[in-house]
Amino acid sequence: MARVHLWSSLRRFADGQEMVEVEAATVGQMFDALARAYPGLAPAIAAGLSVAVDGEVIANSRSAPVRPDSEVFLLQRLKGG
Amino acid sequence: MKKVHVTTNVNGDQVEFLADPRETLLDCLRNHLDLTGTKEGCGTGDCGACSVTLDGTLVCSCLVLGVEAEGKKIETIEGMASDGELHPLQRKFIEHAALQCGFCTPGILVAAKSLLDTNPDPSESEIRFWLAGNLCRCTGYDKIVRAVQDAAAEMRGAA
Amino acid sequence: MAKDEITKGYRLVGTRPNRPDGLDKVTGRARYGADFSLPGMLWAAVVRSPHAHAKIKRIDASKALALDGVKAVVTRADLPTGLEGEDLNLQENTLAGEKALYDGHAVAAVAATSQLLAQDAARLIEVEYEVLPHVTDVDEAMKPGAPVIREGAADYSVPEGMHPNVVRHMEFGHGDVEAGFAAADIVREGTYKTEATHQGYIEPHACVGQMGEDGRGEMWVCTQGHWYIRRMSAAVLGIEAANLRVTPSEIGGGFGGKTTIFMEPLTLALSKKAGGRPVKLVMSRAEVLRATGPTASASMDVKIGMKKDGTVTAGQVMFRMQGGAFVGMSPIGEALPCAFACYDIPALKHEAVEVLANRPKAAAYRAPGSPMAAFAVESLMDEMCRELHLDPIEVRLKNAAKEGTKSSYGPIYNRIGLVETLEAAKAHPNYAIRLGPNQGRGVASGFWFNHGGETSVSLAIGEDGTVQVSIGTPDIGGSRASIALMTAETIGIPYENVRVNVVETGALGVNEPTHGSRATFASGKAAVEAARQAIAEMCRRAAAEWEIEPEAVEWKDGAAQPAGPNAGKFPPMTIAEIGAKMGGTGGPISGHHETNAGGVGASFGTHVVDVEVDPETGRTTVLRYLVVQDAGTAIHPAYVEGQYQGGAAQGIGWALNEEYVYGSDGRLQNTVFLDYRIPVASDLPMIDTVIVEVPNPGHPYGVRGVGETGITPPLPALAAAIAEATGARLRSLPMSPPKVLAAIKAKRQA
Repeated sequence: MARVHLWSSLRRFADGQEMVEVEAATVGQMFDALARAYPGLAPAIAAGLSVAVDGEVIANSRSAPVRPDSEVFLLQRLKGG
Repeated sequence: MKKVHVTTNVNGDQVEFLADPRETLLDCLRNHLDLTGTKEGCGTGDCGACSVTLDGTLVCSCLVLGVEAEGKKIETIEGMASDGELHPLQRKFIEHAALQCGFCTPGILVAAKSLLDTNPDPSESEIRFWLAGNLCRCTGYDKIVRAVQDAAAEMRGAA
Repeated sequence: MAKDEITKGYRLVGTRPNRPDGLDKVTGRARYGADFSLPGMLWAAVVRSPHAHAKIKRIDASKALALDGVKAVVTRADLPTGLEGEDLNLQENTLAGEKALYDGHAVAAVAATSQLLAQDAARLIEVEYEVLPHVTDVDEAMKPGAPVIREGAADYSVPEGMHPNVVRHMEFGHGDVEAGFAAADIVREGTYKTEATHQGYIEPHACVGQMGEDGRGEMWVCTQGHWYIRRMSAAVLGIEAANLRVTPSEIGGGFGGKTTIFMEPLTLALSKKAGGRPVKLVMSRAEVLRATGPTASASMDVKIGMKKDGTVTAGQVMFRMQGGAFVGMSPIGEALPCAFACYDIPALKHEAVEVLANRPKAAAYRAPGSPMAAFAVESLMDEMCRELHLDPIEVRLKNAAKEGTKSSYGPIYNRIGLVETLEAAKAHPNYAIRLGPNQGRGVASGFWFNHGGETSVSLAIGEDGTVQVSIGTPDIGGSRASIALMTAETIGIPYENVRVNVVETGALGVNEPTHGSRATFASGKAAVEAARQAIAEMCRRAAAEWEIEPEAVEWKDGAAQPAGPNAGKFPPMTIAEIGAKMGGTGGPISGHHETNAGGVGASFGTHVVDVEVDPETGRTTVLRYLVVQDAGTAIHPAYVEGQYQGGAAQGIGWALNEEYVYGSDGRLQNTVFLDYRIPVASDLPMIDTVIVEVPNPGHPYGVRGVGETGITPPLPALAAAIAEATGARLRSLPMSPPKVLAAIKAKRQA
């Protein structure tokens, strides 16, 4: 199960947990699993999130792979100038 | 407003156009003569992107009325290279990467040429103060100043 | 390619050839946004609100429409309804609906047969306003009595009980911050403010748009990203993206400000109403300053705990940012992760709120959020270094993030170059120069994530063996040159044999803009992949010709060659020979690469600045300036230096001069370059650069984006230098002469 870290203000949508575990092979599956398990997170996911999977920042890709032992951090959707 | 017939000389060619008396020389160059190399960055004489020479004097063409060009001699960026050969300043700007977006470049080249026409060996400080009326937002001016210095040195050597 | 395969000794990468578009740009031939015209073209002008906040009661365009030559007027009533989210924000900003939300907000637009006539007509459009109370300061906008700008605008993230103008909230961190502060020898706090600044590109926004009754349209526009223009314009007008073809002009600077739309869809709406005649709209400088860009303004609390040896034990920030009257425009989501990104700190707490204010809809500006965050955090770091009499570079080295560090925002860093920039700054002669009276030195580091993003590139071999590369990221600072260098390096042909074209939306798949420092990284990476595809095909063509297996052919020095003695004896078949015959050997040879580019390498830099402050006037003179930054691999070093120097100059402007000045009436007071003063040539010294190269393992040539980080360190570095020169610490930008003088006087009195 991949470990997904939530930033503090998202935790109230996931029963206060800092880290949740989800079954997912891609970033897209991870988002879908998160939204299923914690419907309160759905608006945040719909608004657009970036993630860091095992250190690599992935701005916007549902197909990026997630391994069973991956550590994932949710980030606000990153923009550049 | 009734338009005014203007006859003037641009880059050695006699040209004519009809100007609304409210139109600037910059508007007339760009919109009546299709000389779009001269740029508008502010319209208030602060950025120098519209620099041209009028009877040899460096001016912001956004602060000159089109009708004032009557009987005058105007030099723009389009006239800077002669017989297919770039002016040393133009060549050095490319070689030194003295432009990034390139939008301020025509005005800076016209202004720099005007400097070297009167002062063939300007100090860094003289170059910086002469070009203080030409805004560049990309380069931090470093490579521009170096390109002007290098062009000046080459022109002095060639003379 | 694994990083240990990256070697130096390239043939072209790292050289400084003339840029391919140089000639056009020094002769005035390059066509920028306003340089484009079409037969039958009309000109447009926009009516803008003179009020910071007002109900729009009535718009009467009858007098304007009665003028000979006036062809169309559009108001919000002409645009479709029912949009949501950011699409609605974009539409609301293109033309105000029920309320004008800031000074300069567009209310109506008119098209006429000349620019002057359009401007005359705009003055004849009557708008009746009911002026509402306004607020423009971020701290004021959160106070209990502040006027509510948009009721119910807060998103899911805002906890209950906050002011209705607070529309986003973010919080994250790690470790036990209280324990960290308890373990420190000194704990210090400060509040820092930065004013909004404008990207300040010299080319105002310009667009020619044409749309017929059938809803098919074309646009010629100066933009950092024409697919964004297409998607956003289509959304605002309720048309299909595929019916809109957008061609980018050369672009006269963007810095993030040209990654979105401001007035571009108006040209299409007017054109459609005017029977399909093309419409040109060029903003004035005052319109650019009042109604495009700018960046957010910020008010920031920082708390840091430090041991006597400089080890940072804990950090905490609370940022308040306004990005105008529209939700989601302030860069809180970027500023927070940037705040402590340079350091390895055991306990951190980050919190931020976004607040609405009656200001224009903010746009990205070079490393959005990072300069503000650095001003707050790096300034307090410097204050504590001085208090403890520690060298600022040594303290940064002691706490620096490196490969394997868990970053302040979560993920573990791979190979990064912050330490190398600090070491190079320490070793640079500038750092050893002795300073005189009224002089001071400041040091600061900075970070930017860098970005890959949606990228589509196409490459085709010509009949003579030259190569054309079609890219979708507009060239703002020489990226055509860097992409040509990488392509020529990969194929093994001369730089001059590669032509890189920035092509329109109809020619490629979707490309994100030139933003996030991604053009050379992402379009370059895709161009290399496309080149490799074409090379594989050329090897197949040679193999077929030689009647050997394709695997027995290798590509070297611009030619197919037998891979070894067993492959057979054939003379090399050059790209020119393959190109000449390709019609008869299977048809055109091309390569494509479409990706959402990953593998970006994080960017770090360290700046050192020396200043002299005139104690009589408070004026700061920058004596010398040093930028050290990790480029991964500098493909074209001259344009890498240019990014460093340009970023530093913008940061210097932000630190010393630039600010949005609002009057008590909520109107922007400085709408021309004379009053919104960006650095001029005589304000600056030469800007010294050191390119550190710690190759990025995620790019075939090791590239890290270089565009953005350079604007970040100048803000805190100058504050530190001024503090050393005067003894007075300024915690509010800009550090303009009156503010510095007041700080010096206050210091003397204390």
